[in-house]
Amino acid sequence: MGQIHLEKVRKAFGDVVIIPDLDLKIEDGEFVVFVGPSGCGKSTLLRLIAGLEDVTGGQIVIDGKDATTLPPAKRGLAMVFQSYALYPHMSVRKNIAFPLKMAGMDKAEIDRRVDYAAKTLNLDNYIDRRPGQLSGGQRQRVAIGRAIVREPSAFLFDEPLSNLDAALRVGMRLEISELHQRLKTTMVYVTHDQVEAMTMADKIVVLRAGNIEQVGSPLELYSAPRNTFVAGFIGSPKMNLLGGKEAAKYNVTTMGVRPEHIRLSTTEGAWKGTVKVSEHLGSDTFLHVESPVHDEPLTVRADGEFPVHAGDVVYLTPQEDKIHRFDDKGLAIKGNGRAAG
Amino acid sequence: MARNVTTGRKIGTTILAWFVGLVIFFPILWTFLTSFKTELQAISIPPVFVGFDWTLENYATIQTQSNYFHFMANSIYLSLGSTALGLIFAIPAAWAMAFSPTKRTKDILLWMLSTKMLPAVGVLIPVYLMFIKFGLLDSRLGLIVVLFLINLPIIVWMLYTYFKEIPGEILEAARMDGAGLRKEITQVLAPMAVPGIASTILLNVILSWNEAFWTLNLTTSNAAPLTAFIASFSSPQGNFYAKLSAASMLAIAPILIVGWFSQKQLVRGLTFGAVK
Repeated sequence: MGQIHLEKVRKAFGDVVIIPDLDLKIEDGEFVVFVGPSGCGKSTLLRLIAGLEDVTGGQIVIDGKDATTLPPAKRGLAMVFQSYALYPHMSVRKNIAFPLKMAGMDKAEIDRRVDYAAKTLNLDNYIDRRPGQLSGGQRQRVAIGRAIVREPSAFLFDEPLSNLDAALRVGMRLEISELHQRLKTTMVYVTHDQVEAMTMADKIVVLRAGNIEQVGSPLELYSAPRNTFVAGFIGSPKMNLLGGKEAAKYNVTTMGVRPEHIRLSTTEGAWKGTVKVSEHLGSDTFLHVESPVHDEPLTVRADGEFPVHAGDVVYLTPQEDKIHRFDDKGLAIKGNGRAAG
Repeated sequence: MARNVTTGRKIGTTILAWFVGLVIFFPILWTFLTSFKTELQAISIPPVFVGFDWTLENYATIQTQSNYFHFMANSIYLSLGSTALGLIFAIPAAWAMAFSPTKRTKDILLWMLSTKMLPAVGVLIPVYLMFIKFGLLDSRLGLIVVLFLINLPIIVWMLYTYFKEIPGEILEAARMDGAGLRKEITQVLAPMAVPGIASTILLNVILSWNEAFWTLNLTTSNAAPLTAFIASFSSPQGNFYAKLSAASMLAIAPILIVGWFSQKQLVRGLTFGAVK
């Protein structure tokens, strides 16, 4: 079991409201990612679920029981911190065994579980070392090991990969995803990195200023963002959002098109522009094109081998069926194409 | 790229370091040597360095003139007593300031430290009068309280910087892992705080041991520690350098030995927070 329901949860520090009334249902076995820019309240929300912060109002229900006032230890949740938060004076073995020892489990069972966790996480060779003697990736594994031995009803991750270097991050991302598939335990994961959110989540919760902007699967968020904020936040590089005349053609305030949904030509197209910067990634090339239709450069994806250089003139044509349309409040208008409106 | 350090430069730095080290150490060495000389050799000009007849007579005389162990016992009482009292107050104070700071925490810390800028002699008379009134003159208890109070700001500061280094997330992790308040303190906090507390104790014992202003002014014989013991050899019968040196050696010997064996912690304590 690992069901977490938030009902009208509110958090304020004095007069500053971090999270105004928020409702969210996390179902058993789901991998839910809270994503949003820094200061959006995602970490605070996770800490409220953990019990490390007290709610100002509302209710937190875990597995059908009201957990709003329960201390962290009584909620049956395990947490992995950004700084790993290992106990520096204990060996890897003792670190992983700590929650079991606190639970008063007998020694044989503790040893069995710790050995199993160490083996699954490839830590058996380091079991007697102290955290100070481990690399960042190994420390993160110990932190995860300490979380999984307890067999909690849900895991909470607070930006666990942000202290790792890029290559290691991709590896750990996969490991955590595999872990979720194997354990099938609810995981709540906080990150500011939308790539992590897209690649790992069953369900993404996009937050801004303590409000939920949209909840949905990665592909739902990608293909049908509910508003301009989600449209701009999900997807890399960002969606091009144009106002003015171009939007007026579609009878809307803002029209959006993703870099990968723009056809590129050197001879003809809807928008004429000059390449300002081209970023070659090998598989793809991203062009930043200055065009009179928009005051900021438009981002366009081209093939890796597309022969283009800074200063070249190109023509861009948005794919009609991939255009996103938003009204004057920034909310998406359902349906595609010019016909609607 | 590694810095290019020439051998000549290294030799130069080494010589300079040794020179500075010897300059600092010389007074102690000279006191040590003088304590084994006769009074005549001690004031001879030119001074003799090692080529004299080594004698233990000064140490013997001192023992017959005054009771060294009485003073030493007082020094131990005062330094340990004031440090223990200090810890009782400073640990909770530093703890609160490090783990639940408020807007005023820094100000309070600075205010506490600022009391150390006051010249001690400025409050001598009020303190003296209070001691008379409460009958604390020449009592160990009175001195323990004074030493405790004058060193308290330093104890709080030191502990605060140590506690500040313990990341809050580790305590939260312990809470998530099911540790109650008692287990959180005994299993996680204490082991991480012990090294810091140990260096604080050490530094404080040394500070109290060496404190001379209050110990000299507020005692006569009963509660007098080793500082008074040394002082008693400097005035009454003129300057007897050899005996004075022997007394000084006896006074600093215990702390010198303790300091030698705990150099590592001591250096960490003194330079703590200098980097990072």
